[in-house]
Amino acid sequence: MKTKIFAIATATALLASTAVAQDFSAPLKARQGQFRIIALNLGILGGMAQGKIAYDADAAQRAADSLAAVSQIDPAPLWPEDSDNEMTEGTRALPAIWTDHDGFLDKWATFGTAAAGMQSVAANGQEALGPAMGPLGASCKGCHATYRAK
Amino acid sequence: MLFLRIFFIVALLAGAAAWWLTRAVPLPPTAMAYLEGDAVQGEAVFLAAGCASCHSAAGSEDKRLLSGGQRFTSEFGTFVAPNISPDPLHGLGGWTLDQFASAVKRGVSPDGRHYYPAFPYAAYIRMTDQDVADLWAFWQGLPHSAEPSQPHDLVFPFSIRRSAGIWKLLFLNDDWVMQGDLDPQLQRGRYLVEALAHCGECHTPRGPMGELTTSRWLAGAPNPAGPGRVPGLTPGQLEWSAEEIAYYLETGFTPDYDSAGGHMVDVIGNFAALTAEDRAAVAAYVKAVPPVAGQP
Repeated sequence: MKTKIFAIATATALLASTAVAQDFSAPLKARQGQFRIIALNLGILGGMAQGKIAYDADAAQRAADSLAAVSQIDPAPLWPEDSDNEMTEGTRALPAIWTDHDGFLDKWATFGTAAAGMQSVAANGQEALGPAMGPLGASCKGCHATYRAK
Repeated sequence: MLFLRIFFIVALLAGAAAWWLTRAVPLPPTAMAYLEGDAVQGEAVFLAAGCASCHSAAGSEDKRLLSGGQRFTSEFGTFVAPNISPDPLHGLGGWTLDQFASAVKRGVSPDGRHYYPAFPYAAYIRMTDQDVADLWAFWQGLPHSAEPSQPHDLVFPFSIRRSAGIWKLLFLNDDWVMQGDLDPQLQRGRYLVEALAHCGECHTPRGPMGELTTSRWLAGAPNPAGPGRVPGLTPGQLEWSAEEIAYYLETGFTPDYDSAGGHMVDVIGNFAALTAEDRAAVAAYVKAVPPVAGQP
């Protein structure tokens, strides 16, 4: 009985240590950088929409193009299994990303649609930005509600 | 022998007094008399009070179908939000306005039992009677759900509903947390934050009986739903301007264009549907929250 418990404990410890041994720092940096690029460009467009930054059609178009470009990045290499906030330090990614991966990819596609919408109107004038910001914000929240902690 | 008899009588009286003190007390039957509810006004109350954030089905996009079923873990056990749709069998269909008002403002069910304070009646107790009447008028137009309510899964002695009577004796009152002379905008903000939106339920730390520690009002608390913390909103903790807070409540974007996550997404969905004046009032209130000792 005792040896059995010992064996189970050893096996558990081994399993646990393999989990810890996985290094996800590269995909974590990559996906967090991707969101940082999104945030920076949303800041430009949101600032112009609110009138805090002077509207500049060219700068708005470049920001929208960047959003659309990020939406084209293949998510697969950025989200390896077990790189969730229960198995890995330094991430708010919830396990639901992997238990409901199709739902997660759906949300990412929603961002792509919203980014394309912004891309098609960003150069049309300051008043075009606000309505296009709505779907972008909704796509962020729509995903974070289910797949990100806090 | 005489001593024993006196002891017995005293114990009996004390028991009876405790039983009486912890009983469920509904609103007086005349409280809601002569009030006409306005369903259009009631929709704004419904949104600001965040009813759907807890009572819609978990993960559901339909924020009007209040079928219940979301689970809320706590150190007292797991609370399961009930079906509160207007369905006559599984929801509130057969209720009167008086019964609804007693539930919302006193935590008392139509059959005279206590609700647990996971239902934030400790905030709703500050609601105006007119808002309750408007809310009830709006309720009548909500879709029905035939989903049966699930029982809570609580730890003894909290599994006994009478324990909520003791909790109410100690902690249920309708005093405002923010005192003093407030201008009309701050009064509106206080009403939204303290009465309807019940922000303190997550943003204020709780004491040993789950009561809100009002001396640390909105100073942040452990996240009840998992790892991490619910952020504090006091000066020094939240450095955003009032304008930035209002923009966050409308769009979910922080000043550096991160975006809200978790339960706050539902809250922002509600605030986004309120008026810009209401969002500005909440922002003004948050900026007026006093600092808390021991916070950076």
